[in-house]
Amino acid sequence: MRNNRFFVVNRHAFVLIFALFSFVSINAFANTENVHSDSTQAQVNHTDSAAHGNAHAAGHGEEEKFNPSELILEHIADSYDWHLWGHTSIHLPVILYTDKGLEVFSSGKFNHGHDVYAGKNNYKIEHNHIVIVDAAGNVDEAASKKVLDFSITKNVASLLLSVTLLIIIFLSVASAYRKTEGKAPKGFQSMIEPVIIFVRDEVAKPNLGYKYGKFMPFLLTIFFFIWMNNMLGLVPFFPGGANVSGNIAFTMVLAVITFIVINLNGSKAYWGHIFKPHVPLWMYPLMIPVEIVGIFTKPIALMIRLFANITAGHILILSLISLIFIFKSALVATVAVPFAVFISVIELLVAFLQAFIFTMLAALFIGMAIEEPHADH
Amino acid sequence: MELVTPSIGLVFWTTVSFLILIFVLGKFAWKPIMKALDDRERSIEDALSAAEKAKEELTRLNNESEQLLKEARAERDKILKDAKDIKDATIADAKNLAKVEGEKMITKAKEEINNQKMAALAEVKNQVAGLSLEIAEKVLKHQLEDKSKQESLVNDLLKDVKLN
Repeated sequence: MRNNRFFVVNRHAFVLIFALFSFVSINAFANTENVHSDSTQAQVNHTDSAAHGNAHAAGHGEEEKFNPSELILEHIADSYDWHLWGHTSIHLPVILYTDKGLEVFSSGKFNHGHDVYAGKNNYKIEHNHIVIVDAAGNVDEAASKKVLDFSITKNVASLLLSVTLLIIIFLSVASAYRKTEGKAPKGFQSMIEPVIIFVRDEVAKPNLGYKYGKFMPFLLTIFFFIWMNNMLGLVPFFPGGANVSGNIAFTMVLAVITFIVINLNGSKAYWGHIFKPHVPLWMYPLMIPVEIVGIFTKPIALMIRLFANITAGHILILSLISLIFIFKSALVATVAVPFAVFISVIELLVAFLQAFIFTMLAALFIGMAIEEPHADH
Repeated sequence: MELVTPSIGLVFWTTVSFLILIFVLGKFAWKPIMKALDDRERSIEDALSAAEKAKEELTRLNNESEQLLKEARAERDKILKDAKDIKDATIADAKNLAKVEGEKMITKAKEEINNQKMAALAEVKNQVAGLSLEIAEKVLKHQLEDKSKQESLVNDLLKDVKLN
């Protein structure tokens, strides 16, 4: 099968990234202990507390101490403000649906998590989540659980930006096709066209056969949606920098949509393969659950692969940059920055590769689902 | 755990975004783009196959014209050969005719010559006969003028004759 090659490439990239990451982090912490032996205790405390999700609270005590894991987790997590530079950030709108109704207000009201905002309830940011507090400032756990948070967070804003960009780009490309009908592509159109043809000829046609046309809109949309968000995530400053495609919610939605597309188009042979596998009857109690689990593992693998790859890339680059601040030396930058640039270039490849792999596997799974009976065994 | 817990907000907005994208792009971008690509590919394919066909046609025409040329050349050769044959035949005929005619004329001439000769000979004979007669007459006349001699001759002759 032709996509085996890509599995191998993907695995290699993955192994490389994790190997580099673990190497860098082990060294970083080892060196930290040697160089700043006096701060070792604090460092360990920081890592421990970060692992327990209490980084923020612990970080307040010793603010001048640099904590890379807190920084990295904060960068790859979502936020109510979009940080620009220094103390400047964009306050994004908060949209809450509570049992007292809809609440819309600016996240600036929280003053970077220091203040309590009094709307229909009293709201406060606790561990990067909006919770309801009572007058005394104590968190009301029961009420907080009922809050549905539809805020335009940094990830959502970046997501909407990518949607806008995609619509602008592809509507202009589509209009270019109307203008240069039957002629050679021009300008931006000729940059996009090979990618569209690539998705059609390398992804859709080999996996879906002659029925590829029906799934092209889905595959193209998912491919460019993932790619655009991957690329925006690699831009280190506004309007990029959000970790949208490395967020499990984003990948989960795409996986669920893929799951729906796969199973809505499942042929008789596909369902027959699951509920009437070609094995002796006594193996049915074993095979049918395995096949049913298989329906779900495919999209789950898609979800985790994209999430892990993109998040790993972000963590890796941030770790390299953090080295400079761990050692408190500009000299480290001469090593860390070129290395970060190198990894960033790899991440450009990974951004494309992961979009491609997601689309490729979605096409493969759809292809398996729509397969006609005669092609089966 | 924070990292792997999907938040409802992003799930909601991603779903909305994706549905908007697939609707807007599907209707206004992918459909016209795919159609344009297919159309262009088909037109390129058509153009290529038309070019191929034209090339074939050209080859066929070339072959045909070559064939025609060959035929024309053969035709010309044949015509030339025929003309030569005809010319030769004509010349031969003319020669034969001339020969026959000549022979005829020669025969006629010979006959004429013969006739003329015969006539001339007859003429000559007649004249010779006339002349001879005249001469004889004159001679006789001359001879018979001298009687005495005649008598002496007759006598001589008679003397020789002995009557038995």
